[in-house]
Parts: sequence; structure tokens; C-alpha cells
Amino acid sequence: MKRVYLDYNATTSVEPEVLDAMLPYFSAEFGNASSIHTFGQRARAAVETAREQVAALIGARAQEIFFTSGGTESDNHAIFGIVSSSFTSANSSTSARPHIITSLVEHEAVLNACQALAKQGVAVTYLHVDQDGSIDPQDLEAALRKETVLISIMHANNELGTVQPLEEIGRVAKQADVYFHSDAVQSAGKIPIDVNQFQLDLLSLSGHKLYAPKGIGALYVRGSTRLKQLLYGGHHQRGVRPGTENVAGIVGLGKAAEIARHSLANDAKRLSALRDQLEHGLLNRVPHSRINGARAVRTPNTANLVFPGVEGEALLIALDLKGLACSTGAACSSGAVEPSHVLTAIGLPTEEARASLRFSLGRHTTQADIDFALQVIPAGVEQLRQLSPTYQKEAAAKT
Amino acid sequence: MTTMKAATQFDTLPERRETQQDLVAVAMSGGVDSSTVAALLQQQGRSVVGLTMQLWNQRRLPMLQGDGPAQHRCCSLDDVYDAKAVARHLNFPHYVVNFEEQFESRVVRPFVEHYLAGRTPIACTNCNTDVKFEPLLRMARQIGAERLATGHYARIRRNEATGRRELLRARDETKDQSYFLWGLTQEQLSRSEFPLGELSKGEVRTLARRANLPVAEKPDSMELCFVPNGDYVQFIHAYSRERGTPLSEAGGEIVNEDGEVIGRHNGVHNFTIGQRKGLGFAAGKPLYVLSIDPQTNRVVVGEDEALRRRSFEVESLNWVSIAPPPVPLRASVKIRHKHDPAPASVEPIGQNCMRITFDTPQRAITPGQAAVFYDGDRVLAGAWIR
Repeated sequence: MKRVYLDYNATTSVEPEVLDAMLPYFSAEFGNASSIHTFGQRARAAVETAREQVAALIGARAQEIFFTSGGTESDNHAIFGIVSSSFTSANSSTSARPHIITSLVEHEAVLNACQALAKQGVAVTYLHVDQDGSIDPQDLEAALRKETVLISIMHANNELGTVQPLEEIGRVAKQADVYFHSDAVQSAGKIPIDVNQFQLDLLSLSGHKLYAPKGIGALYVRGSTRLKQLLYGGHHQRGVRPGTENVAGIVGLGKAAEIARHSLANDAKRLSALRDQLEHGLLNRVPHSRINGARAVRTPNTANLVFPGVEGEALLIALDLKGLACSTGAACSSGAVEPSHVLTAIGLPTEEARASLRFSLGRHTTQADIDFALQVIPAGVEQLRQLSPTYQKEAAAKT
Repeated sequence: MTTMKAATQFDTLPERRETQQDLVAVAMSGGVDSSTVAALLQQQGRSVVGLTMQLWNQRRLPMLQGDGPAQHRCCSLDDVYDAKAVARHLNFPHYVVNFEEQFESRVVRPFVEHYLAGRTPIACTNCNTDVKFEPLLRMARQIGAERLATGHYARIRRNEATGRRELLRARDETKDQSYFLWGLTQEQLSRSEFPLGELSKGEVRTLARRANLPVAEKPDSMELCFVPNGDYVQFIHAYSRERGTPLSEAGGEIVNEDGEVIGRHNGVHNFTIGQRKGLGFAAGKPLYVLSIDPQTNRVVVGEDEALRRRSFEVESLNWVSIAPPPVPLRASVKIRHKHDPAPASVEPIGQNCMRITFDTPQRAITPGQAAVFYDGDRVLAGAWIR
């Protein structure tokens, strides 16, 4: 059976060049990057090269990159680290509760970290978004308090692809002298990132979203940032993130970042053309379908559509059985499907959130893949609508 | 180098044998019965897709969890993993589908409300009629499977003369589950398959072992899947608290048949008709619950003889194997899962309501349970006792 993968926002395949770069560090070059001897020095050299490669992707300096286990750890480290250090900071007033500003459409790694802090007494403001998923920088300004210690706003949304106005947010943060963190897991490698242009203090990256392996990520921390560590251990990575370095993973992330830096512009051009073709094709072939987040600035690879009258969960399974992999709003450990908090935040009623599917393209998506998708999705939607009592009733009422 | 190609070619994934033709969905609980169904159908050359329903979040009502892990209940994650392991072993696609909302509104909430109204509900019947053979069957059809197979012990047969699907008792009478399936419509029956209906439990175990199913030795689950440790009273308390309507601690009176107060009880949901235990007092002769009146919050008790009645009414009747007959009708009527069907006359008393009169009085006819009418092995109809 032909299988087409349109779920690159969930994860990507490790690029062959990345794998090739990593392989020696599992066996021949197995040294601990902290060891003094030659084995260690060779591993150290590979780690530091990777640090430079990752730094170059986001316009940072190498010493501002810390390797982590992935996006979730990076987000948690940024949020807990800033809030914890604000408690011990000499110039913060001792009585006031620290305050964080984030948005309703963040990834769970950010939302749940904030909720955990809220239970410990930290005040959290969740900025609303418009119907395309964008926050308004004026809302951000209005939400600022003198106790605000952190603004955490994602760069690109995983479900919609909506890109937040980081440059404007950075300006507000700078003016207010508040630390600014961005979860850039879904934008890195897809659109340009410049930590100085955005005036970012912290930024999270994940390897497996940009053709590096799962289990490796990075946190950018601007030199002057007061960030408390999350883990306690040895002196690795200057004590900011102890734990023996995952050398092979780090090498993979570095290589992937380098490839992304070079191929970003071409990938973006090619993918946005394919994505637009997919969207227009679906809008033409599936009656009443709509694009979620259509008017926003979006990452070039993400399409999120609502197919009224369809249970997204059933459509996803039906498409998978036909060989097309995509995703619904959100997946949980048990497979429970709750309406996506992102689609709810942009104002979709529950039944439309549940009728939405996300198609995310990637470096290996071809024209043939899009042709295949345009063949199976309209047929799949039609099959489901035939069996939907509510849709048939509504369709009858309209005619 | 070869890895370069493999990394970018998703169609090189190991292929499954089946095509989409004649796709059959199997409702997989993770137990040995439904797993064997999947194995059997695959052996017959059918294309199988496994569906496991996520029905109840075990993390809800955490106070009920007790000490041990939440094992061997139909909605636990362990069971989901077991179903997935079977699908991996047999190499067919498997998906977890979420019906928590439907399960709560159509099974759990009515279950609690019935107990609080002094009735003794059967959650499994609602689950069959309103979840398995409703949204799950629809999901099966939406993903391209025309039929749904389950691990129920019962049989479906097409009557060529009448054109109807008939529901029959399982060959293995000790495992027969036809009592829980009387709510199915002709449409639902025509799209359902019960491959275990001709088999005994022992044969099913043997088949499971022969197919090397990872669940071949898994113990049977007997409890209500959403009630930990079988303690439904505690569940009703916890669920009512969660919904913001905690049960009153006031309780009510226990009275004899003459209306004389002879004791107190702590809530009508603690009782079912015919119950002897838990009345909280010793009497000369054994006393049993005769009836429960939620209006007055009274539990009426009496001697065993008073429990036996000939006549009662049922509602929400569904004709299964036969079209509505020219009535009255003679049938063997079964009034609870562990009751031997007894001969009775059945006469209509209104829309989908019937009066049933046994030839000889039967013990503990209980509101909330089902009365299922049999003609030999055939399920003629079923209805709720009111």
C-alpha cells in the first residue's frame, strides 16, 4: 500500500546526512565529552561544533545554547527557571507574587508548566487570540504588571501554523524589562529566527521536528539572563544543564540545524506552493470546508481544515486505512480525543473543532503525495458525511 | 547508501496482508474473547481492523482507586495495551476511539440515577444498545467497515422466511449473553457478527492459545468496568459528589408490609429487591427487600413468600427475532441474568408496554432489570421492568 505522511508537525524522519553524522558517536567516538583524555576531547569537539551550528540557525552565540532532552524540557526549564530565580532575586519585592504572561494557544509543555506554577501561587495571564490564532501585542501591554517576570509566547503554533508577532512582543518585553521566552519548536527550520531581532531572552528548540532524532533539544539563554537550573548534578554545560551530554543526539541536532539553515528558504518556497495547492484543492472538492487560521501569517507547511459534518477521529482512521497519515487536534496517551484547546481558543464550536484535521508537509513531501491526498480526502469526507445523520439533515434543510 | 532511501520511503513499511475489501471491525476490549474473535476472522481471510473504546477515565474519582493498580477492568490502559499487543501480534490495524461522553451520558449517569430512584439497573445492556452498537458501529462504518464483530456469546441467524435477523442464545449456555442484547434493532443485527456464539469458553481459550495470543491466559473480567472493586455504592457516592449533588446522609425508614417502621437505612441505592444482607437488624424469620419507594425513601421488607409474584409490567419493548405478533403471546420470560426463563403470557397495555403474567410466581421481580422473552433459543423481545 502506498503510504503518504502529512504529519511532519508531529515528527520528522532523521535526515540521512544527520544519521551519518551521528553514527560514529555511538561506537568509535564514544567518549564522554567531559573527560580530559583524547576520547573525551574528540566528543567535546563534536558537541561544541553542534553548539555553533544550532546557534547559527537562530542568530545566537554558541555559549548561549544549552542542550536538553527536547522541547518539553526546554520550555519547563525556561519557565520554572525564570520564576524560581525571581523568588531569590534581590531587586524583586519579597511580598508580591510573580506574574507570567502567556497565551491560550501554547503547547501543553508551556501551559501545564504555567498551571503547575499557578498552583504554587504564581499569577498567570493567558492572552486571548483572534480567530486566526494571533495574539494582539496591545493585549500584552495591557496585561503587564510590575510583578511580571516572564512573557512566554510561542513562535509558530503546532496546530494552525500561525506565526506570532515576536518582533513586536520583543519590543514590549524590552520596554517593560521583562524576560521574553518563545517556544520555537514548530518554527525552527521552517521560517527564519533571529533572537536579537526578536529581542528574545530564551528560546526552545526540539530536534525531532527538524529532521534530527527524538530526545534531543536545546534551550537558548541570553548571556545576561538570571535562570535557575532545573536539574542538579555535575558541572556539564556550565552547571545550567547537568547530565552527561547525549553526544550523538547533539551532533544530530547540530547537523540538522546546519541543513535547515541552508535549505530553509528553498523548503519554504516549495512547501508553501504544495500546501496552497492542497488547501485550494480541498476547498474546491469538499463542499463547506474551510481553512482554520487562513488569514494569519503561517508556517509554510501547515494546513488545518474543518470539514463540517465529519467526526475528525473517524476521518483520520479512514484516511490512515487508505494510506494517508495526518492528525486531529490533539492526541493523548490513552487516545482520548478532547476538542483541541487551540481550535477552541480561535472560537470554533466543539463540533467544528472535532471536525478539523491538520495536514503538515515536510522536506520529503512530493507533488505525488499532494495528488494522492487530493484524491483520498474528498472521498473520505464524502463517505463519512453519507453516514452522518446530522449532516444529511442539515444538507437536506439547506436545499 | 541504502539507509538514505529507506529513510524517505514510507511505503516500504512492512505490508499487511489485507486489502480494504470486506473490512470487518472488531470491538476489542483487550480480553481473551474479543481478541480471539479478531484471530478467528483473520484466519477466515477477512480484513480486520481493531477498535478499542476508551469509555471511562480511570483517573476520575481517584478516591475509589484503592491500593492496587487498575487492572482487568475494561477501560484501564492495561487493557488498551493488551488489545494493541494482540493487533501487533496478528498484524492488523488497531485504533483507540473515544466514547467517554456517550458512555457517561448513556450508561454511567442513568446507572446512578436508577439506583437513586430505587431501581436496579443493568449497565451492560445500555452499553450494548447505546454505545457498542450505536456510535461504535457507526464509527466502524465511517472508517470503511460494513460490519462490527464482538466477543459476545450469542448467535445471529437470518430467517429466510421472514427476512428478519434472529438473535439466539449462545451454544454455551453458561456463557450466554443474549439477555444483554435484546435492545438491538434489525439494522444493528444485520451489521453485527458474534463469532463466538457457537463456541464454549474452553474452546475459545484453546483457539487463543493456538493463535499464541498474548492474552490467552488473561483472567475473565466479571465486574462492571467503571466500578472499581465492584463497590457500586461507593461509586454512586463519589460520582454524585463529583457532579456537585452529594447524597444526603439522612437515609430513610425500613418498614414491614403493614407499614410499621422496623428500622432505618442509609439510602435506597444500597438495596435491591430480594436482598437479605445489610438490612442492619436481626429478625426472627429471614427478611428480604420486597420493594423500594424512592418517593417516601422507604424500603419495604417481608418474608420470602411475599417476594414471589406472578404479574408485572414492562416498558420500552423491542421486538427482536419476530415482528410484533398478534398478541397475547406465550413465551419463556427471563427476568435477570441468572434466572431460568419461566413460562408466561404477555399482553400489550399501551405503546411498547406489556403486562407479563407467569404461570407460577417468580421470586424478586426487580424494577430496572430486563424481561427478555424467549422461544427456545430465540430472543423474541425484551423490555425494561418498571
